[in-house]
Amino acid sequence: MSADLFSIFIIAIFIENFVLNQILGICPFVGVSNRVDSAVGMGLAVTFVMVLAGVVTWSIQNLFLAPFHLEYLQTLSFILVIASLVQFVEMVIRKTVPSLYQALGVYLPLITTNCAVLGVALLNVRKGYGLVESAVNSLGGGLGFFFALLLMAGIRERLEVAEVPVAMRGAPITFITAGLLAIAFYGFAGLA
Amino acid sequence: MATVTAIFSAILLMGALGFVFGAILSYASQKFAVTVDPRIETAISLLPGANCGGCGFPGCAGLATAIVEKGVPIATCPVLTAAARAKLSLALGLADAGPTTPLVATVMCNGLPAEEYRKFEYTGIVDCQAAVLVANGPWLCPHRCVGLGSCVKACPFGAMTLGENRLPIIDKEKCTACGKCVKACPKAIIKLVDKEKTVHVKCNSPEKGPDVRKVCKVGCIGCQLCKKVCAYDAIIIENNLARIDYSKCVQCGACVAKCPQKTIIMQGVPDFKARKAFIDEPACVGCTLCFKVCKFQAVEGGTPKEKHRIISAKCVGCGACVAKCPKKCIILKPID
Repeated sequence: MSADLFSIFIIAIFIENFVLNQILGICPFVGVSNRVDSAVGMGLAVTFVMVLAGVVTWSIQNLFLAPFHLEYLQTLSFILVIASLVQFVEMVIRKTVPSLYQALGVYLPLITTNCAVLGVALLNVRKGYGLVESAVNSLGGGLGFFFALLLMAGIRERLEVAEVPVAMRGAPITFITAGLLAIAFYGFAGLA
Repeated sequence: MATVTAIFSAILLMGALGFVFGAILSYASQKFAVTVDPRIETAISLLPGANCGGCGFPGCAGLATAIVEKGVPIATCPVLTAAARAKLSLALGLADAGPTTPLVATVMCNGLPAEEYRKFEYTGIVDCQAAVLVANGPWLCPHRCVGLGSCVKACPFGAMTLGENRLPIIDKEKCTACGKCVKACPKAIIKLVDKEKTVHVKCNSPEKGPDVRKVCKVGCIGCQLCKKVCAYDAIIIENNLARIDYSKCVQCGACVAKCPQKTIIMQGVPDFKARKAFIDEPACVGCTLCFKVCKFQAVEGGTPKEKHRIISAKCVGCGACVAKCPKKCIILKPID
């Protein structure tokens, strides 16, 4: 059982990395990877929301939706859960770490529509995970996102001082970097 | 019946979920309430919202916070019109710092079309910074506008176009003096100047006269003629380069007519000629207003009811009397 949880965790982080393998949640991946410190904040916020959302959506799915045969309300109720959680996180961050709130800017409310968060909730259901497995998968997914964002921010901070051809500066070089990172992460597929 | 149950359970479930989360959020909003100064919100709504960065703060929201919390003057925003500034100062209960002169970006270079002053044919990346790295740009004059339009690309308001002679043209109406082009120019020849002023020294070369002549036909050679002709002490010569003190300049055009290099220009008047004032004597009522306004003692007749006359030798054609004359009987005529 514990080995299973471990492999779910590792798979969620590396092999099925939400950003670099499943291409989910690209908006904050590109938007908040300018600086390492805001990337860390964003990654932690997304991880937190993902784990909470994973647990709450699992509970809703198995305690309410499945018994009442209301699975068709999945997307609707999951989005409701995620939106509420994000609002909650936003309030907490705004109160406790105003500088992080400033740095995250518009990307914090955008976690609401981050498909990685909805993706993790739906995947938990589709794969038939239990509560603990869901939580572990969500944590792994969140850490995977965090990891990808951190790598990207680290590279982009170096790109700032690198001599990039004018035509490539800004978005183009960022997309190329993201593509190379994704190819690198493909190597983890061999782990499975 | 089953359908009705399904509908009801769905409504009930979503309602309950919504209610529970709503309750949690409303509790959290009380618990984690952050008091934001409502004046900041007001300021944000009244600022232009273009986030051009012309004020030096991160976007309009940044300036709004600075205005309210740090007492930064409202006029820091270069884009705000006088009316919008008054509205904002009224809403915030702050004193309007008064109308600031609206600025406009101006390219301080006459450009020179002559291909003979080209140092080499530049075929690299179309970017002024890149071109400057290659032997300080493709022109013989090291201070000439590079002419590849980095400023045009930097303009967030679409106020610049690259015109003939590879010189940028600035649309005065669209320019908000945000200063982006000033920073983009590697030769630092774009300056923000008073929007109302039309007389400019279109050169930025501090080289000595003979050196300027070698590389340009229309550059300032520091000959001092403009300084001598100016009756308002509005011309300063520093580093072999004439500069206009815009606070003193009345745009009479005396220096424009005098400049042997045609470096000083009057905007919108390509072949400017020296002018002198003429009084239509039958219409003159001798009100002495022109006599009083003239800085050059070029108007005869200081006693009321006596017809005025212009002393041609003293008149520089500044037009001050034309603007003042209540009978509109003074006109400026070009002289050869």
